[in-house]
Amino acid sequence: METLDFRFDSKPVPRVADPALCGVVGSGNLEILVKPGIEPEACRVRIKTSARGFGATWQAVLGSFAASHAAGGTVIAINDMGATPAVVTLRLAQALAEYQGGNP
Amino acid sequence: MIASLAARHSWFEATARARLGGLLDPGSFSEILPPAESNPSPHLALLDLPGAFDDGVVVCYGQLEKKPIFAIAQEGQFMGGAVGEIHGAKIVGMLRRAAQEKPAAVLFLIDSGGVRLHEANAGLIAISEIMRAVLDARAAGVPVIALVGGSCGAFGGMGIVAKLCSAIIISEEGRLALSGPEVIETVAGVEEFDSKDRALVWRVTGGKHRYLMGDCAMLVDDDIAAFRRGATEFLAGWSEPTPDVATLRARQRVLQNRLAAYGALRDGLDVWAALGIAQPESVPLLDRDSLVALKEGLPT
Repeated sequence: METLDFRFDSKPVPRVADPALCGVVGSGNLEILVKPGIEPEACRVRIKTSARGFGATWQAVLGSFAASHAAGGTVIAINDMGATPAVVTLRLAQALAEYQGGNP
Repeated sequence: MIASLAARHSWFEATARARLGGLLDPGSFSEILPPAESNPSPHLALLDLPGAFDDGVVVCYGQLEKKPIFAIAQEGQFMGGAVGEIHGAKIVGMLRRAAQEKPAAVLFLIDSGGVRLHEANAGLIAISEIMRAVLDARAAGVPVIALVGGSCGAFGGMGIVAKLCSAIIISEEGRLALSGPEVIETVAGVEEFDSKDRALVWRVTGGKHRYLMGDCAMLVDDDIAAFRRGATEFLAGWSEPTPDVATLRARQRVLQNRLAAYGALRDGLDVWAALGIAQPESVPLLDRDSLVALKEGLPT
């Protein structure tokens, strides 16, 4: 297992819902928990992943997410079991939508 | 037919949270120890494995047709729904609370291969505590209904727990047994049981077989709404019987007769023929309603 920590600048997100969870820690999948943070213009991410050595890929996927979405003011915790970048991107968008009260 | 299939939401394919979302009255889901407040398993972290925030089980208050209920839902996609220390403690806590607060029922959405072997004795103790807690809830007059239809079925210690519940509602996709097919094959050889033969596995452990044998109270379609209807219907007509020695002895005789009648048979097909089904080979192809009609027509 590898633990990775990142911090990205991102526009503040309007928060509606309680902490949001999506996904499951199953093979090729991951779970994402979005909670409020204390920095309104930053998104902090901590990942625990079963796949070692993909720090640069996480940095690229998460950086692109933080740049294209308003995700500032959040702390995102991820438990990963080898999800592909495409799955990660979809789940991040889903988790952020739920954090804003999108899906129950 | 095609429209009704499209409207179905498969229980088998859904996550634990999606099952609860469709099972309970809309808006009534109220989780205890939600992911943001609970801790992943420390045992898995020691083994360098990623945990899940809820440790693979969701426990909640809710309502079913406006009646207050408790629900416990195992997530089969996380470590095969296996029971670790925190996972087990959440289930036990919910069942003990049920014995005190007496909701209309506990719905136990089982989807598990049994003990989480990574957690060894802690997992085994958790399973035994769950067994005791299920019986204590029932003794307090709270029915505990097992709903089995997930990809991991109910095996190992969770197979025993399922049978300790007041009743089991199962789908054709659901499976129920003690040792899993791979375990039997590993221990006793492929001649004893070929776990790669999926049709055989379902003929021996699957929902239709369990329903025909009387192990499950109800067979429902692989549809979240069908489980909801089944649980509602079942609870409407259920009162928890007071256990007494005569009933237990009668139950023991039934089990002994069953062992004598079917114990030597090797395949569900042989058992169904012995049950008096004229065309046992047709059973795997029957839809749910036809199978229920078939069982009702069998000699008892």
